[in-house]
Amino acid sequence: MSLYYKRRNVNATATMLCWGAAIFSLSWLVMILGALVFEGAKGLSLDVFTQNTPPPGSAGGLLNAMAGSLIMTVMGVVVGAPLGMLAGTYMAEYGRHSKLTVVIRFINDILLSAPSIVIGLFVYTVLVARMGHFSAVAGVAALSILVIPIVLRTTEDMLLLLPGSLREAASALGLPRSYLIQRVAYRAAKSGLVTGLLLAVARVSGETAPLLFTSLNNQFWSLDLNAPMASLPVVIFQFALSPYKDWQQLAWTGALLVTATVLVLSIIARALSRQRTYK
Amino acid sequence: MTATQPVLEKSGARGPAKEGPMADIAWSNMPADAAQTDRARVLKKLGLHDALFRKLTFSAAIVVLLLLGGVILSLVQGSLPAIKAFGFGFLTSQAWNPVSEIFGATPAIYGTVVTSLIAMMLAVPVGLGVAVFLTELCPHPLRRPIGMAIELLAGIPSIIYGIWGLFMLAPFLQQYAQPALISAFADVPVLSTLFAGPPYGIGIMTAGLILGVMVLPFIASISRDVFDTVPPVLKEAASGVGCTTWEVVRHVVLPYTKTGVIGGVMLGLGRALGETMAVTFVIGNAHKISGSLIAPGTTISATIANEFTEAVGDVYTSALIELGLILFVITFFVLAFARLLLTRIERKEGA
Repeated sequence: MSLYYKRRNVNATATMLCWGAAIFSLSWLVMILGALVFEGAKGLSLDVFTQNTPPPGSAGGLLNAMAGSLIMTVMGVVVGAPLGMLAGTYMAEYGRHSKLTVVIRFINDILLSAPSIVIGLFVYTVLVARMGHFSAVAGVAALSILVIPIVLRTTEDMLLLLPGSLREAASALGLPRSYLIQRVAYRAAKSGLVTGLLLAVARVSGETAPLLFTSLNNQFWSLDLNAPMASLPVVIFQFALSPYKDWQQLAWTGALLVTATVLVLSIIARALSRQRTYK
Repeated sequence: MTATQPVLEKSGARGPAKEGPMADIAWSNMPADAAQTDRARVLKKLGLHDALFRKLTFSAAIVVLLLLGGVILSLVQGSLPAIKAFGFGFLTSQAWNPVSEIFGATPAIYGTVVTSLIAMMLAVPVGLGVAVFLTELCPHPLRRPIGMAIELLAGIPSIIYGIWGLFMLAPFLQQYAQPALISAFADVPVLSTLFAGPPYGIGIMTAGLILGVMVLPFIASISRDVFDTVPPVLKEAASGVGCTTWEVVRHVVLPYTKTGVIGGVMLGLGRALGETMAVTFVIGNAHKISGSLIAPGTTISATIANEFTEAVGDVYTSALIELGLILFVITFFVLAFARLLLTRIERKEGA
């Protein structure tokens, strides 16, 4: 009987620890989101959306940072996503068994989770050091390099998931390969591809490290791509570490906005990916 | 409605003129010889389009490869001045003096490794616990929402963890946790050095904790996916001979998924090693190796983030780039190992 009780106790303890682990993890989510909403909402006002980042000690908003983030994120995705998608198409459709595909897939997987600050260093040495100044262009380049691995991976995965019969049916109708890909495969995998894109946007819009020494920061309203540009994450970084109360409040508000954007995007992406891509 | 249908509609119903090359093929209502030349023209056009698209995707693949390869090359090139100036001494020196331009990487490497180890000590058991919870214990209606919440935790940008760690976690640790630890372990031989010094709040331990919370959801969601690959028959058989839930996990699920779980853990470790923003906020940026876990320190990524824009002179900049190279090499091996293991389990799943 004692063995029976021992096993039962071990099982009960382990089960309880697993419940504990789940509750522990969820409580972090609640604590972080709670602090964000509580601290961030205090500073939410119309000024945040209509005024530029202030000098120390005065009130202001985050308009230029939001504009900068929007511009660089959109441009980064516009540059990076087509490249990643075409390369992913090659790997899934044309070079499915070639050595090139294996090599790209390996390097791509590494870069998918490689430290983003290293990407920043790369863009610094290639673009910023040559141009002689920080610029939004360099920020866009850094973000697009972060977008490529995500989009490439999802494109390849989604195209590989398509059933062979779909391709065979299209080929039997006499459809050339490129039309098959563009008109059949892309359409059938559409929701998967959009999911990948949204995940890439979500990831990139919160990225700070690669922007620190590419687009730097800009205290003023600027749409010049050849000049330093403000972005929400970099402003949060700078303002949160400052000793000024106004700046710290703006950092919290900015953090709330960034998190809300990222979470909404990833929830939409997950809802989309739950729909079946092929019926 | 199948996805092929729009294509069929285009070639059939809408007529020849405006719908691109495919439309012309289906349209046979014209003189025979005209149809012949038309057919040749269309086929040529299709062939051209085909070749062009193939070339386009191929060159995109090459560009991606070059770009990603370029990252490695440019780091090596950028760190050449520092490599020339310090040689292998860079890896073993503790010096960090921007004024006299003498740099060493040991404190940064030490900080990176120690914070990641603390993070893994928190994240691995808890992450695996969450994965077991989600696959074995959680009531079915709750699985999806809780799984999603864990994934949301993974989706929060690292800078948010940073600002939260700086304003919420660090003050808490400084006021309550660290003084308690210091006084509790004051008389214990080894632990007293690990928890020595004043409670700053920020430091190696805080950074490790934040990192652990960041990595936890990665390990949890990968382990959950890996646990899901265990054939239900195996688990049912174990339960059938009278195993408790824990024994099923311990003796069936874990052995079956060992490689995948290790792969997931390594993937998490790769993230922890390279994480920048969350650490930069709470590490304290002190270029020295301290025996105490609650003392400020630095990591490779935090050093780069803090000092790169202020670095003057080629050697300083180059030393920071070399730090980046070291970080990349370390994470490269960790991630490559992780991918290797994960690919292995994917193959098992596919077979």
